[in-house]
Amino acid sequence: MAIGAVGRSLPRQEGRRKVTGQARYVDDLTLPGMLHGTTVRSASPRGIIRDIDFKPGVPWDELTVVTAADIPGNNVVALITDDQPYLAGERINHPEEPVVLLAHPDRHLLEEARRHVQIVVDPLPPVFTIDESLARTETIWRQDNIFKSYLVSRGDVDAAFAGAARIVEGTYETGAQEQLYIEPNGMLAVADPESGVTVWGSMQCPFYIHRALAGLFNLPSERVRVVQMETGGGFGGKEEYPSILAGHAALLAWKAGRPVKMIYDRLEDMVATTKRHPSRTRHRTAIDRDGRLVAMDIEFVIDGGAYCTLSPVVLSRGTIHAAGPYSCPNVRIRSTAVATNAPPHGAFRGFGAPQSVFALELQMDKVAAAAGLTPHEFRRRNFIATGQTTAVGQVLREPVDMPRLLDRAFELSDYHAKTARFARENAAGPIRRGIGFACFMHGAGFTGSGEQHLASLVSVEATAGGHVRILAASTEIGQGTNTVFAQIASEALGIDYEDVEVAQPDTAAVPDSGPTVASRTSMVVGKLVETAALAVRSTLLSSGLLEDGYDAAAFRQAAAAYVAANGSLKSTAQYQPPEGLRWDDEKYEGDAYGAYAWAVYVAEVAVDLTTFETRVADFVAVQEVGRVINPVLAAGQIEGGVAQAIGWALYEQVVWREGRMVNGQMTNYIMPTSMDLPNIRVEFVEFPYPHGPGGAKGIGELPMDGPAPAIFNAVRNATGLEITKLPLTPEELVVRS
Amino acid sequence: MEASISFTINGAAVTVSAHPMARLLDVVRQQLHLTGTKEGCGEGECGACAVLIDGELVNSCLTPVLQVNGASVTTIEGVATNGQLHAVQEAFIAHGGAQCGICTPGMILAAVSLRNHVPQAGDDDIRVGLAGNLCRCTGYMKIFEAVRKSVGR
Repeated sequence: MAIGAVGRSLPRQEGRRKVTGQARYVDDLTLPGMLHGTTVRSASPRGIIRDIDFKPGVPWDELTVVTAADIPGNNVVALITDDQPYLAGERINHPEEPVVLLAHPDRHLLEEARRHVQIVVDPLPPVFTIDESLARTETIWRQDNIFKSYLVSRGDVDAAFAGAARIVEGTYETGAQEQLYIEPNGMLAVADPESGVTVWGSMQCPFYIHRALAGLFNLPSERVRVVQMETGGGFGGKEEYPSILAGHAALLAWKAGRPVKMIYDRLEDMVATTKRHPSRTRHRTAIDRDGRLVAMDIEFVIDGGAYCTLSPVVLSRGTIHAAGPYSCPNVRIRSTAVATNAPPHGAFRGFGAPQSVFALELQMDKVAAAAGLTPHEFRRRNFIATGQTTAVGQVLREPVDMPRLLDRAFELSDYHAKTARFARENAAGPIRRGIGFACFMHGAGFTGSGEQHLASLVSVEATAGGHVRILAASTEIGQGTNTVFAQIASEALGIDYEDVEVAQPDTAAVPDSGPTVASRTSMVVGKLVETAALAVRSTLLSSGLLEDGYDAAAFRQAAAAYVAANGSLKSTAQYQPPEGLRWDDEKYEGDAYGAYAWAVYVAEVAVDLTTFETRVADFVAVQEVGRVINPVLAAGQIEGGVAQAIGWALYEQVVWREGRMVNGQMTNYIMPTSMDLPNIRVEFVEFPYPHGPGGAKGIGELPMDGPAPAIFNAVRNATGLEITKLPLTPEELVVRS
Repeated sequence: MEASISFTINGAAVTVSAHPMARLLDVVRQQLHLTGTKEGCGEGECGACAVLIDGELVNSCLTPVLQVNGASVTTIEGVATNGQLHAVQEAFIAHGGAQCGICTPGMILAAVSLRNHVPQAGDDDIRVGLAGNLCRCTGYMKIFEAVRKSVGR
């Protein structure tokens, strides 16, 4: 089994630990003398802190109490913009703003204590909506409430509209979504001025936390250590927020002189941590007499919440994906991320693209109808193809074949026969059936020059026993990092999959391979694994210990002999952009992504006009993702993403009151159960990508983009109703019908 | 106010001293150091804390420890016997039923319970049998496949 690990459904590396309950998550750790920590939050959306009242009835001398005044370094969560404090000292900008931290050995007493702290705030007028923020009813963030704006301009949009045969307008809105990983955020910290700060926790990005803690404690980087424990899901929700929780746990540990563990309960995790940005998109689309796109004018706005966090990059990805897989000579995209007095919105699978793709694909169905064309014929006339140029000026050099994906998706879903049958049968009875689809793409890796700035590193080393160990900060959060890395290395080296191990991400032991986000782990970091592995192989071949044509046993022997003779065998690879990849940050123009995954998803729905419930009855997902490294893992990514997107489309509604999420429980924030999902049928088309390991491209976020618009287009097909706001709850359908 | 409560866990007799209303989840994790049982929501919605009590699938976050006095409790640590994985566990590994792993212990106990109660479980039985266990990673498809493949083995 030595050769050909890539392309096979090898078992998950840590699978046995996970099915036996032996996998260790942060809440499974206990240290001697450990305290538990908790957070006191403002409850007021905006204002000035006048007083912190520690009410009687609690043995306060037994508790460790931390406020902003206790912070040894910078009270700023290091990310893109220095605007968010670890603990509010003066101003409150959202209702879940952390103000006081408490620690005690007894969790029950700790909860009592939390309820006995009152944050007294002199209120200031808050801003809760995109419109209020844009209108600047109050200025709540710097000069203008705007975290970031972009302008994409291609061709002459105004002239094209003036000469258009037909112009179609539409406005589309999406709500917030909670990531709802089943393991809540958690951190365990040991911290003191002598030894520095160490945290163990649930996370996607160990080096983000590392950098954040160094600033918070004003410590040199070698005195900060971050270790990832087994992580029970992330979906973006453990990209930036864990820096805050790690800081909080470490601040308490620093003051208490004892280890402190902080595990959020579900309510706190849901209301206080980041969610998907709510959005509003306005489209004006111009077509000619043949139904060809001549101009697209798109205005895309996202609600970033109270602090900047990652909103500029979420906005960027949403902007670049807003014009979709279509060729259009004249495109203008104006996009803005605005501030409101809600907890900051942040990274969530898809990262802005699901919002703009939702709007685009509803608009494309609407334009098709206006053109007198079927939705698929309209798209066929406008699909982008190899060699054509995207809205941001990227010439697509790698092969793109949207018609093939569309044909295959229609074949698998029996689209044409079902369309005809539903049209015939829908007149009778309360159940309306419909079928709809969405066409889209998702760029893999950081946007623009992002990967060059990250300059990620991966090391591969041989062990004394002749095995190979991969050293990277990329985290296994369920998506299969460990397995995929091991497959890539074993294929590159021609050794057994079982002879490869993946080190636990620990900033004291692994190089910075960048954050585990942006569908970059397999494609970008995996390529570094491959490169570093090949360097280890070269060293062994040139040492004379290994000869070409070796088998796995010979490799083991040679590697062990090399380590015995030289003490170690280790190679490190650093990211280099593929030849010819160019991006201009100033002009916001060029090769936005090294590679895109392309897809057509088809949803069949049944809408019950008695109960107004919408069910997805069937789902087909066809995508081109480069070479598939592990078919079972890859299909698992697609199925999971589709399920999460069905939740976003139909069930998951964050209810806001005065900037707070008021349904922060699994009882009233409804995610799909085993009873709610159709069979999800997944098919891959593989065009190997020359710059990905074994030909692979990124995959993780793609499935979040397409399901919602496919479902809404299916509902429109079923009912004739043009519904433009997500989620499509029965209540929303009642109002619109 | 603590009480002495005796029960069997994964085949071994134990006696614990705990507040009678302490959650079985906390007793199992903190006093018995069996940390395979997970807490996802603390309110009986997600099923990550599921265990078997006298063969019935129960959310341990909603179960006062007093209730298991004299009962037999099985946690994920008791599903494999003598290092030999249960058919459901093998199938979860082979068919991609576990991703992040946090729902997996409860999900596996739900699948074991389903097999015990409905030995010839079909697709609909599987969906119903797992309806109290939430998974955010897989979209359930690979879990269904794992359970389907393990039925009858």
